[in-house]
Amino acid sequence: MTTRKIEILVGAFIVLAIAAFLMLALKVANAGVTGSGQSYVLYAKFDNIGGLKVRSPIKVGGVVIGRVASIDLDTVYYTPVVKMEINEKYSNFPETSSVAILTSGLLGEQYLGLQPGFIDETVEILANGDSIQDTRSAIVLEELIGQFLFNRGN
Amino acid sequence: MITTKLQNLGRATIDTIAGFGRSGVMLFGALVGKPDFRKGFPLLIKQLYVIGVLSLLIILVSGLFIGMVLALQGYTVLSKFGAEGMLGPLVALSLLRELGPVVTALLFAGRAGSALTAEIGLMKATEQLSGMEMMAVDPLRRIIAPRFWAGVISMPLLALVFTAVGILGGHLIGVDWLGVDSGSYWSAMQANVDLYQDVVNGVIKSMVFAVIVIWIALHKGYDAVPTSEGISRATTQTVVTASLTVLGFDFILTALMFGG
Repeated sequence: MTTRKIEILVGAFIVLAIAAFLMLALKVANAGVTGSGQSYVLYAKFDNIGGLKVRSPIKVGGVVIGRVASIDLDTVYYTPVVKMEINEKYSNFPETSSVAILTSGLLGEQYLGLQPGFIDETVEILANGDSIQDTRSAIVLEELIGQFLFNRGN
Repeated sequence: MITTKLQNLGRATIDTIAGFGRSGVMLFGALVGKPDFRKGFPLLIKQLYVIGVLSLLIILVSGLFIGMVLALQGYTVLSKFGAEGMLGPLVALSLLRELGPVVTALLFAGRAGSALTAEIGLMKATEQLSGMEMMAVDPLRRIIAPRFWAGVISMPLLALVFTAVGILGGHLIGVDWLGVDSGSYWSAMQANVDLYQDVVNGVIKSMVFAVIVIWIALHKGYDAVPTSEGISRATTQTVVTASLTVLGFDFILTALMFGG
Protein backbone atom coordinates (compact mmCIF):
# COMPACT_ATOMS: atom_id res chain seq x y z
CA MET A 1 0.00 0.00 0.00
CA THR A 2 1.42 3.39 -0.94
CA THR A 3 2.18 6.08 1.61
CA ARG A 4 -0.34 8.38 -0.05
CA LYS A 5 -3.21 5.94 0.40
CA ILE A 6 -2.27 5.35 4.05
CA GLU A 7 -2.18 9.08 4.71
CA ILE A 8 -5.60 9.55 3.10
CA LEU A 9 -7.10 6.78 5.23
CA VAL A 10 -5.57 8.19 8.43
CA GLY A 11 -6.96 11.62 7.51
CA ALA A 12 -10.41 10.10 6.97
CA PHE A 13 -10.17 8.39 10.36
CA ILE A 14 -9.36 11.68 12.11
CA VAL A 15 -12.22 13.44 10.31
CA LEU A 16 -14.64 10.68 11.32
CA ALA A 17 -13.55 10.95 14.96
CA ILE A 18 -13.95 14.75 14.93
CA ALA A 19 -17.42 14.34 13.41
CA ALA A 20 -18.29 11.89 16.19
CA PHE A 21 -17.09 14.35 18.83
CA LEU A 22 -19.08 17.20 17.28
CA MET A 23 -22.17 15.01 17.20
CA LEU A 24 -21.69 14.10 20.88
CA ALA A 25 -21.02 17.70 21.88
CA LEU A 26 -23.79 19.38 19.89
CA LYS A 27 -26.53 16.83 19.34
CA VAL A 28 -26.18 14.66 22.44
CA ALA A 29 -24.84 16.98 25.12
CA ASN A 30 -26.31 20.24 23.80
CA ALA A 31 -23.56 22.62 24.85
CA GLY A 32 -26.06 25.41 25.31
CA VAL A 33 -28.37 26.49 28.16
CA THR A 34 -26.09 28.72 30.23
CA GLY A 35 -23.20 26.39 29.52
CA SER A 36 -22.12 29.01 27.02
CA GLY A 37 -23.00 32.66 27.25
CA GLN A 38 -23.21 35.01 30.19
CA SER A 39 -25.26 34.30 33.28
CA TYR A 40 -26.09 36.15 36.46
CA VAL A 41 -26.74 34.90 39.98
CA LEU A 42 -29.83 35.08 42.22
CA TYR A 43 -30.34 33.57 45.67
CA ALA A 44 -33.43 32.09 47.29
CA LYS A 45 -34.03 30.72 50.81
CA PHE A 46 -36.29 27.76 51.36
CA ASP A 47 -37.51 25.87 54.42
CA ASN A 48 -37.04 22.53 52.71
CA ILE A 49 -35.53 21.82 49.31
CA GLY A 50 -36.76 18.21 49.08
CA GLY A 51 -34.90 16.47 46.26
CA LEU A 52 -33.53 19.56 44.51
CA LYS A 53 -29.98 19.02 43.27
CA VAL A 54 -27.12 21.07 41.89
CA ARG A 55 -27.67 21.49 38.11
CA SER A 56 -31.44 21.10 38.45
CA PRO A 57 -33.18 23.29 35.85
CA ILE A 58 -34.85 26.62 36.58
CA LYS A 59 -37.97 27.09 34.48
CA VAL A 60 -40.33 29.94 33.68
CA GLY A 61 -43.54 28.57 32.22
CA GLY A 62 -41.73 25.35 31.36
CA VAL A 63 -38.83 27.04 29.54
CA VAL A 64 -35.38 26.37 31.00
CA ILE A 65 -33.66 29.70 31.74
CA GLY A 66 -30.90 28.54 34.06
CA ARG A 67 -29.61 25.97 36.48
CA VAL A 68 -29.04 25.58 40.21
CA ALA A 69 -25.38 26.47 40.80
CA SER A 70 -25.04 25.38 44.43
CA ILE A 71 -27.06 24.56 47.54
CA ASP A 72 -25.79 25.62 50.96
CA LEU A 73 -27.09 25.87 54.48
CA ASP A 74 -27.40 29.33 56.06
CA THR A 75 -25.26 29.05 59.20
CA VAL A 76 -27.38 31.56 61.18
CA TYR A 77 -30.93 30.28 60.61
CA TYR A 78 -30.06 26.79 59.32
CA THR A 79 -32.25 27.15 56.26
CA PRO A 80 -31.15 26.01 52.79
CA VAL A 81 -29.93 28.73 50.43
CA VAL A 82 -30.08 27.97 46.70
CA LYS A 83 -27.78 29.82 44.31
CA MET A 84 -29.32 30.12 40.87
CA GLU A 85 -27.45 30.85 37.65
CA ILE A 86 -29.79 32.44 35.12
CA ASN A 87 -29.06 33.30 31.51
CA GLU A 88 -28.19 36.99 31.01
CA LYS A 89 -30.89 37.13 28.31
CA TYR A 90 -33.56 36.95 31.03
CA SER A 91 -32.32 39.62 33.43
CA ASN A 92 -35.50 41.65 34.05
CA PHE A 93 -37.28 39.83 36.84
CA PRO A 94 -38.93 42.20 39.36
CA GLU A 95 -38.38 41.65 43.07
CA THR A 96 -42.02 40.57 43.43
CA SER A 97 -41.22 37.36 41.55
CA SER A 98 -41.72 34.10 43.39
CA VAL A 99 -39.88 30.80 43.13
CA ALA A 100 -41.20 27.36 44.01
CA ILE A 101 -39.74 23.86 44.05
CA LEU A 102 -41.87 21.75 41.73
CA THR A 103 -41.79 18.17 40.50
CA SER A 104 -42.04 17.20 36.86
CA GLY A 105 -44.61 14.41 36.84
CA LEU A 106 -45.43 12.27 39.83
CA LEU A 107 -42.02 10.62 40.12
CA GLY A 108 -39.92 12.98 38.03
CA GLU A 109 -36.99 15.08 39.10
CA GLN A 110 -37.49 18.35 40.97
CA TYR A 111 -36.90 21.76 39.42
CA LEU A 112 -37.28 25.42 40.35
CA GLY A 113 -40.34 27.15 38.92
CA LEU A 114 -39.84 30.91 38.70
CA GLN A 115 -43.00 33.04 38.50
CA PRO A 116 -42.38 36.62 37.33
CA GLY A 117 -44.14 39.21 39.51
CA PHE A 118 -45.86 42.55 38.80
CA ILE A 119 -44.07 45.82 38.19
CA ASP A 120 -44.99 49.33 39.42
CA GLU A 121 -43.00 52.41 40.49
CA THR A 122 -41.92 51.04 43.88
CA VAL A 123 -40.84 47.62 42.61
CA GLU A 124 -37.20 47.18 41.69
CA ILE A 125 -35.66 44.80 39.20
CA LEU A 126 -33.56 41.96 40.62
CA ALA A 127 -29.87 42.47 39.94
CA ASN A 128 -26.91 40.10 40.10
CA GLY A 129 -26.54 38.71 43.64
CA ASP A 130 -30.03 39.67 44.89
CA SER A 131 -32.35 37.31 46.75
CA ILE A 132 -35.89 36.33 45.86
CA GLN A 133 -38.01 36.72 49.02
CA ASP A 134 -41.19 34.90 48.03
CA THR A 135 -40.36 31.19 48.02
CA ARG A 136 -42.39 28.03 48.35
CA SER A 137 -40.68 24.87 49.56
CA ALA A 138 -40.80 21.41 48.09
CA ILE A 139 -43.80 19.25 48.84
CA VAL A 140 -42.54 16.23 50.73
CA LEU A 141 -44.83 13.32 49.98
CA GLU A 142 -44.26 11.64 53.34
CA GLU A 143 -45.39 14.78 55.22
CA LEU A 144 -48.54 14.97 53.09
CA ILE A 145 -49.37 11.36 53.85
CA GLY A 146 -48.67 11.99 57.53
CA GLN A 147 -51.04 14.98 57.57
CA PHE A 148 -53.69 13.00 55.73
CA LEU A 149 -53.55 10.14 58.22
CA PHE A 150 -53.55 12.61 61.15
CA ASN A 151 -56.65 14.40 59.80
CA ARG A 152 -58.50 11.15 59.29
CA GLY A 153 -57.94 10.33 62.96
CA ASN A 154 -60.03 13.36 63.98
CA MET B 1 11.27 -26.02 53.77
CA ILE B 2 9.77 -22.77 54.93
CA THR B 3 12.82 -20.84 53.80
CA THR B 4 12.31 -22.20 50.26
CA LYS B 5 8.69 -20.97 50.29
CA LEU B 6 9.86 -17.62 51.59
CA GLN B 7 12.53 -17.47 48.92
CA ASN B 8 9.97 -18.21 46.18
CA LEU B 9 7.70 -15.47 47.46
CA GLY B 10 10.59 -13.05 47.59
CA ARG B 11 11.73 -13.92 44.08
CA ALA B 12 8.20 -13.49 42.68
CA THR B 13 7.94 -10.07 44.33
CA ILE B 14 11.33 -8.94 43.07
CA ASP B 15 10.53 -10.20 39.55
CA THR B 16 7.23 -8.31 39.53
CA ILE B 17 8.79 -5.08 40.70
CA ALA B 18 11.71 -5.50 38.29
CA GLY B 19 9.11 -5.91 35.50
CA PHE B 20 7.51 -2.59 36.51
CA GLY B 21 10.95 -1.01 36.53
CA ARG B 22 11.88 -2.35 33.07
CA SER B 23 8.57 -1.13 31.62
CA GLY B 24 9.19 2.30 33.12
CA VAL B 25 12.72 2.45 31.73
CA MET B 26 11.43 1.35 28.32
CA LEU B 27 8.79 4.08 28.21
CA PHE B 28 11.22 6.69 29.52
CA GLY B 29 13.76 5.79 26.87
CA ALA B 30 11.12 5.90 24.16
CA LEU B 31 9.43 9.17 25.06
CA VAL B 32 11.95 11.40 26.81
CA GLY B 33 14.40 13.19 24.59
CA LYS B 34 14.53 15.66 21.74
CA PRO B 35 11.70 14.82 19.32
CA ASP B 36 12.60 14.54 15.64
CA PHE B 37 9.37 15.37 13.80
CA ARG B 38 10.84 14.96 10.32
CA LYS B 39 11.72 11.31 10.97
CA GLY B 40 9.02 10.53 13.49
CA PHE B 41 5.97 11.80 11.65
CA PRO B 42 5.89 9.27 8.75
CA LEU B 43 6.38 6.44 11.28
CA LEU B 44 3.51 7.81 13.36
CA ILE B 45 1.20 8.00 10.32
CA LYS B 46 2.01 4.40 9.43
CA GLN B 47 1.20 3.26 12.97
CA LEU B 48 -1.99 5.36 13.11
CA TYR B 49 -3.09 3.43 10.05
CA VAL B 50 -2.19 0.02 11.50
CA ILE B 51 -3.51 0.69 15.01
CA GLY B 52 -6.33 3.18 14.43
CA VAL B 53 -7.80 2.80 10.95
CA LEU B 54 -7.65 -0.99 10.86
CA SER B 55 -9.44 -1.16 14.26
CA LEU B 56 -12.25 1.01 12.92
CA LEU B 57 -14.38 -1.79 11.50
CA ILE B 58 -14.61 -3.83 14.71
CA ILE B 59 -15.31 -0.62 16.68
CA LEU B 60 -18.09 0.48 14.31
CA VAL B 61 -19.80 -2.93 14.27
CA SER B 62 -19.59 -3.50 18.04
CA GLY B 63 -20.68 0.07 18.78
CA LEU B 64 -23.73 -0.30 16.58
CA PHE B 65 -24.76 -3.61 18.13
CA ILE B 66 -24.11 -2.55 21.73
CA GLY B 67 -26.23 0.56 21.20
CA MET B 68 -29.00 -1.55 19.68
CA VAL B 69 -28.93 -4.07 22.54
CA LEU B 70 -28.92 -1.28 25.14
CA ALA B 71 -32.01 0.27 23.57
CA LEU B 72 -33.78 -3.08 23.37
CA GLN B 73 -33.01 -4.06 26.98
CA GLY B 74 -33.55 -0.58 28.37
CA TYR B 75 -36.93 -0.33 26.67
CA THR B 76 -38.13 -3.55 28.34
CA VAL B 77 -37.56 -2.12 31.81
CA LEU B 78 -38.43 1.53 31.10
CA SER B 79 -41.77 0.65 29.47
CA LYS B 80 -42.83 -1.04 32.73
CA PHE B 81 -42.64 2.39 34.39
CA GLY B 82 -44.07 4.23 31.41
CA ALA B 83 -40.77 6.07 31.09
CA GLU B 84 -39.91 5.26 27.45
CA GLY B 85 -38.93 8.92 27.04
CA MET B 86 -35.85 8.28 29.15
CA LEU B 87 -34.46 5.75 26.67
CA GLY B 88 -32.24 8.41 25.07
CA PRO B 89 -30.48 9.40 28.32
CA LEU B 90 -30.13 5.74 29.31
CA VAL B 91 -28.37 4.81 26.06
CA ALA B 92 -26.29 8.00 25.87
CA LEU B 93 -25.09 8.02 29.49
CA SER B 94 -24.24 4.31 29.59
CA LEU B 95 -22.24 4.66 26.38
CA LEU B 96 -20.54 7.96 27.19
CA ARG B 97 -19.57 7.15 30.75
CA GLU B 98 -18.86 3.43 30.71
CA LEU B 99 -19.33 1.29 27.66
CA GLY B 100 -17.66 3.60 25.14
CA PRO B 101 -14.28 3.87 26.88
CA VAL B 102 -14.26 0.40 28.45
CA VAL B 103 -15.45 -1.75 25.55
CA THR B 104 -13.22 0.20 23.17
CA ALA B 105 -10.26 -0.49 25.45
CA LEU B 106 -11.08 -4.21 25.66
CA LEU B 107 -11.54 -4.50 21.88
CA PHE B 108 -8.41 -2.44 21.35
CA ALA B 109 -6.40 -4.74 23.65
CA GLY B 110 -7.61 -7.73 21.66
CA ARG B 111 -7.31 -6.24 18.19
CA ALA B 112 -4.27 -3.93 18.33
CA GLY B 113 -2.55 -4.75 21.65
CA SER B 114 -2.01 -8.44 20.90
CA ALA B 115 -0.74 -7.62 17.40
CA LEU B 116 1.75 -5.11 18.81
CA THR B 117 3.07 -7.61 21.36
CA ALA B 118 3.49 -10.31 18.75
CA GLU B 119 5.17 -7.92 16.31
CA ILE B 120 7.68 -6.56 18.79
CA GLY B 121 8.24 -10.00 20.34
CA LEU B 122 9.06 -11.44 16.93
CA MET B 123 11.37 -8.50 16.20
CA LYS B 124 13.19 -9.36 19.40
CA ALA B 125 13.26 -13.11 18.64
CA THR B 126 14.68 -12.54 15.16
CA GLU B 127 17.20 -10.07 16.63
CA GLN B 128 15.98 -7.15 14.55
CA LEU B 129 16.09 -4.95 17.65
CA SER B 130 19.74 -5.92 18.31
CA GLY B 131 20.45 -5.29 14.62
CA MET B 132 19.07 -1.76 14.92
CA GLU B 133 21.27 -1.10 17.92
CA MET B 134 24.27 -2.32 15.90
CA MET B 135 23.39 0.28 13.24
CA ALA B 136 23.18 2.98 15.94
CA VAL B 137 19.40 3.27 15.55
CA ASP B 138 17.67 3.42 18.91
CA PRO B 139 14.91 0.78 18.72
CA LEU B 140 13.04 2.48 21.57
CA ARG B 141 12.76 5.71 19.59
CA ARG B 142 12.13 4.05 16.24
CA ILE B 143 9.84 1.13 17.20
CA ILE B 144 8.28 1.85 20.60
CA ALA B 145 7.66 5.62 20.50
CA PRO B 146 5.56 5.84 17.28
CA ARG B 147 3.43 2.86 18.34
CA PHE B 148 2.86 4.40 21.78
CA TRP B 149 1.77 7.77 20.42
CA ALA B 150 -0.37 6.19 17.71
CA GLY B 151 -2.22 4.15 20.36
CA VAL B 152 -2.68 7.10 22.70
CA ILE B 153 -4.01 9.27 19.86
CA SER B 154 -6.24 6.74 18.18
CA MET B 155 -7.99 5.15 21.17
CA PRO B 156 -9.92 8.22 22.41
CA LEU B 157 -10.93 8.83 18.80
CA LEU B 158 -12.10 5.23 18.46
CA ALA B 159 -14.06 5.56 21.72
CA LEU B 160 -15.78 8.70 20.39
CA VAL B 161 -16.71 6.91 17.17
CA PHE B 162 -17.93 3.91 19.18
CA THR B 163 -20.16 6.09 21.36
CA ALA B 164 -21.61 8.08 18.47
CA VAL B 165 -22.39 4.94 16.48
CA GLY B 166 -23.88 3.31 19.59
CA ILE B 167 -26.25 6.24 20.13
CA LEU B 168 -27.31 6.04 16.49
CA GLY B 169 -27.84 2.28 16.93
CA GLY B 170 -30.02 2.98 19.97
CA HIS B 171 -31.99 5.46 17.86
CA LEU B 172 -32.41 2.81 15.16
CA ILE B 173 -33.94 0.30 17.58
CA GLY B 174 -35.68 2.67 20.02
CA VAL B 175 -37.26 5.04 17.52
CA ASP B 176 -37.56 3.15 14.25
CA TRP B 177 -38.47 -0.22 15.67
CA LEU B 178 -39.97 0.19 19.16
CA GLY B 179 -41.72 3.47 18.43
CA VAL B 180 -40.22 5.88 20.97
CA ASP B 181 -40.73 9.45 19.77
CA SER B 182 -37.65 10.70 17.93
CA GLY B 183 -37.95 14.22 19.38
CA SER B 184 -38.14 12.99 22.96
CA TYR B 185 -35.22 10.59 22.36
CA TRP B 186 -32.94 13.50 21.44
CA SER B 187 -34.35 16.19 23.72
CA ALA B 188 -34.35 14.06 26.88
CA MET B 189 -30.77 13.13 25.99
CA GLN B 190 -29.79 16.79 25.63
CA ALA B 191 -31.45 17.65 28.93
CA ASN B 192 -29.54 14.96 30.83
CA VAL B 193 -26.11 14.82 29.18
CA ASP B 194 -23.54 17.41 30.16
CA LEU B 195 -20.62 18.24 27.87
CA TYR B 196 -17.98 18.43 30.62
CA GLN B 197 -19.39 15.98 33.15
CA ASP B 198 -20.13 13.21 30.68
CA VAL B 199 -18.45 13.70 27.28
CA VAL B 200 -15.13 15.13 28.44
CA ASN B 201 -14.85 12.71 31.38
CA GLY B 202 -15.45 9.82 28.98
CA VAL B 203 -12.64 11.07 26.75
CA ILE B 204 -10.30 11.42 29.76
CA LYS B 205 -11.17 7.87 30.78
CA SER B 206 -10.34 6.50 27.38
CA MET B 207 -7.03 8.41 27.31
CA VAL B 208 -6.04 6.73 30.59
CA PHE B 209 -7.09 3.35 29.20
CA ALA B 210 -5.11 4.03 26.03
CA VAL B 211 -1.91 4.61 28.01
CA ILE B 212 -2.54 1.46 30.08
CA VAL B 213 -3.31 -0.85 27.15
CA ILE B 214 -0.56 0.37 24.84
CA TRP B 215 2.04 0.45 27.59
CA ILE B 216 1.27 -3.12 28.67
CA ALA B 217 1.26 -4.34 25.06
CA LEU B 218 4.60 -2.72 24.23
CA HIS B 219 6.23 -3.84 27.47
CA LYS B 220 5.08 -7.45 27.13
CA GLY B 221 6.42 -7.56 23.57
CA TYR B 222 9.70 -5.86 24.41
CA ASP B 223 10.17 -8.06 27.47
CA ALA B 224 9.08 -11.35 25.86
CA VAL B 225 11.20 -14.47 26.06
CA PRO B 226 12.56 -14.62 22.47
CA THR B 227 11.14 -18.03 21.57
CA SER B 228 7.91 -18.98 19.80
CA GLU B 229 6.46 -20.14 23.11
CA GLY B 230 7.55 -16.94 24.86
CA ILE B 231 5.87 -14.78 22.21
CA SER B 232 2.62 -16.72 22.41
CA ARG B 233 2.62 -16.38 26.20
CA ALA B 234 3.41 -12.66 26.00
CA THR B 235 0.49 -12.14 23.58
CA THR B 236 -1.91 -13.92 25.92
CA GLN B 237 -0.59 -11.96 28.89
CA THR B 238 -1.11 -8.69 27.05
CA VAL B 239 -4.81 -9.34 26.50
CA VAL B 240 -5.42 -10.70 30.01
CA THR B 241 -3.38 -8.11 31.94
CA ALA B 242 -4.56 -5.16 29.86
CA SER B 243 -8.23 -6.15 30.18
CA LEU B 244 -8.05 -6.67 33.93
CA THR B 245 -6.10 -3.46 34.51
CA VAL B 246 -8.58 -1.49 32.41
CA LEU B 247 -11.52 -2.86 34.40
CA GLY B 248 -9.77 -2.11 37.70
CA PHE B 249 -8.87 1.42 36.68
CA ASP B 250 -12.38 1.93 35.35
CA PHE B 251 -13.74 1.42 38.84
CA ILE B 252 -11.25 3.87 40.34
CA LEU B 253 -11.88 6.51 37.67
CA THR B 254 -15.66 6.11 37.94
CA ALA B 255 -15.48 6.50 41.71
CA LEU B 256 -13.37 9.65 41.30
CA MET B 257 -15.45 11.20 38.50
CA PHE B 258 -19.04 10.24 39.20
CA GLY B 259 -19.09 8.86 42.74
CA GLY B 260 -19.77 11.26 45.55
